[in-house]
Amino acid sequence: MDPATFELLRDIASGIVFAVGGAFLLIGAFGLVRLPDVWSRLHAAGVVDTVGAELILVGMMIQAGFTQATLKLILIGLFLFVTSPTATHAVANAAFMAGIRPVRLRRNESGEVIGDRSNKEPQP
Amino acid sequence: MAKAVGLLVALFALWLGLSGYFKPFLLTLGVLSCLFTLYLARRMNLLDDEAVPLQLRPGLLLYWSWLGGEVVKSAWAVSRVILAREMPISQQLIAVPCTQKTEMGHVIFANSITLTPGTVTVETAPGKFLVHALTEEAANLDGFAEMGRRVAEVEAR
Repeated sequence: MDPATFELLRDIASGIVFAVGGAFLLIGAFGLVRLPDVWSRLHAAGVVDTVGAELILVGMMIQAGFTQATLKLILIGLFLFVTSPTATHAVANAAFMAGIRPVRLRRNESGEVIGDRSNKEPQP
Repeated sequence: MAKAVGLLVALFALWLGLSGYFKPFLLTLGVLSCLFTLYLARRMNLLDDEAVPLQLRPGLLLYWSWLGGEVVKSAWAVSRVILAREMPISQQLIAVPCTQKTEMGHVIFANSITLTPGTVTVETAPGKFLVHALTEEAANLDGFAEMGRRVAEVEAR
């Protein structure tokens, strides 16, 4: 395969990955505006910082090829994979502790997990 | 001792990967800085299961790729909810039992639940997690049990 064809294939592959990743980022941003409360919006943010961000990174890896830049991109992806759920959990836990509850909650088993703390009114 | 060697190897691999230098003088400086970091970590009693998780099975890598597939699947499900004309959300806070033995296993399981769009771990208690789910399908207890079983397989040798 001559270098020009390889370049073309690489551009096509990374273009597809960028497009799909960008679509997920857009859907996530759209969900952030559209969903009703903080709890459901967390899930839209989850789409952005997992699939969206990782696919953009993969697209960049395809562009970079077998270089040191790809190694660094893999490390960024790995750190994102580990740290973004921690940040999401911190936000969710803070909302729960502040006494915010989801709107139109269908099923609530929080009493089973934390006992009578679930009925406690939030501190003023 | 194994943890010290493991940390040293990991630190030097990171140094090499991020710097990309192979000159003898700079390599020596890299090794020296890794050794100094190791000395500090030892003084601070950081060489435990949490900082150097050598007790995890190599199957963790396979677990991550499986988790990646699950993340894509549930991201697709959440995207469909967002794009639907009448968003079919039914929010729930459910109790999910966690069967892992070690603290590291609990952390991996809780983080995996949060990483999957559609579910977020909100609070923990001994033996169970409080999980917020966006839809009825996301709050599938069999799915959580499957994930928990896979985590229990990789948590310790």
